[in-house]
Amino acid sequence: MAKVQFIKSADVKPWLAELAKEHRVFAPSYDGEALLFRPFDPEQEIVLDRAATMPPKKTIFPQSEKLVDFTYSKDPENLSRIKIDAKANLPEGSTVVFGSRPCDARGFTMFDRVYLSDKNPDIYYQARRKNTLFITLACRTIENTCFCNWVDSDPCDPTGSDVLAIPVNDGYLLESVSEQGEKLLNSKLLADGSSRRAEAEKICQEIAGSINNTKDLTLAPEKLLAVFDNMEFWEEVSAKCLSCGACTYLCPSCYCFNITDETTGMKGKRLRSWDNCMSAQFTMEASGHNPRPTKAHRLKNRVGHKFSYYPTIHGGVISCCGCGRCIKSCPAGIDIREIVLKAIDFVPAAVEE
Amino acid sequence: MKYQQELKDSIRKALPGLDVVIAWSAGYDPLHATPHFIRREEDIDRLEIGPFSVHNLATYLPGLRGKKVGIVVKGCDSRSVIELLQENLINREDVTIFGFPCTGVVDQTKIRKALGHTGKVDFCQIASQTVVIGAGGEEHKLRLSKVLADKCFSCQYPNALISDHFVGEKISPSAQTEGGDDLEAFENMPLPERFAFWQKEMDRCIRCYACRNACPMCVCRDHCLAESRDPHWLSQEDSVRDKWMFQLIHAYHLAGRCTECGECQRACPMDIPLLLLKKKMNKEIKELFQYEAGVDPEATPPLLSFKMEEENIKEREW
Repeated sequence: MAKVQFIKSADVKPWLAELAKEHRVFAPSYDGEALLFRPFDPEQEIVLDRAATMPPKKTIFPQSEKLVDFTYSKDPENLSRIKIDAKANLPEGSTVVFGSRPCDARGFTMFDRVYLSDKNPDIYYQARRKNTLFITLACRTIENTCFCNWVDSDPCDPTGSDVLAIPVNDGYLLESVSEQGEKLLNSKLLADGSSRRAEAEKICQEIAGSINNTKDLTLAPEKLLAVFDNMEFWEEVSAKCLSCGACTYLCPSCYCFNITDETTGMKGKRLRSWDNCMSAQFTMEASGHNPRPTKAHRLKNRVGHKFSYYPTIHGGVISCCGCGRCIKSCPAGIDIREIVLKAIDFVPAAVEE
Repeated sequence: MKYQQELKDSIRKALPGLDVVIAWSAGYDPLHATPHFIRREEDIDRLEIGPFSVHNLATYLPGLRGKKVGIVVKGCDSRSVIELLQENLINREDVTIFGFPCTGVVDQTKIRKALGHTGKVDFCQIASQTVVIGAGGEEHKLRLSKVLADKCFSCQYPNALISDHFVGEKISPSAQTEGGDDLEAFENMPLPERFAFWQKEMDRCIRCYACRNACPMCVCRDHCLAESRDPHWLSQEDSVRDKWMFQLIHAYHLAGRCTECGECQRACPMDIPLLLLKKKMNKEIKELFQYEAGVDPEATPPLLSFKMEEENIKEREW
């Protein structure tokens, strides 16, 4: 049975300050005109009435992280022998993310299927994932770009979260989702919230009712495969694409990376940094051949991966959480929904006999 | 927009001789337009021009080299087309330019700030100087001048400087002074403060390179120093040093070429004020070479030419 607590709006900051004694705490605040998940600072205003510019992706999947430090040393007796000392740099400590949205938290479940496979888990990801807790805020307003309901989610979806906070009249109803989340709800600042449950449920129903009309994406995987070789289709939908990485880097479910060694003299570090399939270098092979030479090939991959290849190997789950950031932040106004629907509706021209 | 029908007719006439015409159409909500590639007669109907026609479509031209391309340009966009011609990055005979008198475009960041959080946007009507936005069940009235892009206030070229078809009557540059001169304020800051300013701003850069890819003059495309490993200019660290280094090299490469269209700043999902840097660079170029990029197709950009002695660079006196 989930633990249900209530917190007054005014107590949110003191509560976060309490949590910050034990964990790194991130909450959305403005940096310039961008709303970002930043380390909790009691001096800063926390903004909870709108979705952040950037999902809290960096908290588990840093933009660039040092995997290994390494040092080369020569054997003085035999200078052609080089010894390499390598030291792994595993993340430590625990993190609480406050104010993520259901789509943001759900995004990491797309990572999990890839990074936490039984056979070969990614130890860096695993270390952070295990120790990062999400206190997710259910949405009270819907934007034009929201489409979580197209991808089997909703504005009160607890999937991937540890605590779900539902904004009620004068505060938030806090429902534990995981065991770790339950432990976060022991503060003296919180009161039993059972009596507010009905109110919270009503709010969730209301907001679910106001969301944009849903579309059936059942056929997306096969229909996208059907247009795979139709480059005319992809050239048309990608014509305005600038091939930048804004969509990918702002996406809560895009998890691709690059590995580079940054070496100075005999010392160096191995980095893992974000990479994106919109970049020309993403598939550039050592020979100079690039299997995705144009932006049409690249956008095809982004859409295809999310709505076709990923669901095909992961039990039908679409690797998109419907947050709409790729639409909102695209400098060219590309709408991924439009492309998927176009592929679903695409009817090949009849071949003339 | 007043001349929209005239523009559509003009495109309709020219389309049979062209592979594509690039214009704008309605975007994902009433506050956004999107670039619109017209290939067929029926695509013309969706064309829309107006204050949301923010994108500089000249960015697409180098990538379409070899095709017959029509392009609709605002005055500022036409300067990018001219600069591309000056640098032989596009062929004049392949490009058909449609101009119209532009009365300014909006700055989406300003709208977002003015509205606050509204949720869903239902409609937007612009009548003379007032913008009425229906959002979150309420009507918000804004003065157009409150949400126009800064570049529009100092705009000297509201009409396309180069065009094959111009619709409507040419207008004179507006004498609006609102918007302020951010460059002057920036220049008045002491040097350590200026550096601290950029360090703070660049900190939130996510290295998506939307600034670079939206820039019509950034033509290295798939061969950018930002990602090159050999030579190894930048590391892949998430450090202000590397991010700032890229912006500086970017700005240097645009010195005397940048037309201040502001696409770098508009494209930035993190709202980093990148145009400020470009403005500073252009000011220096103007002082040194009395040159403004993208106004004369016949002119040679100063950094593409060589003189034994520059008038304003007194090498011998150094």
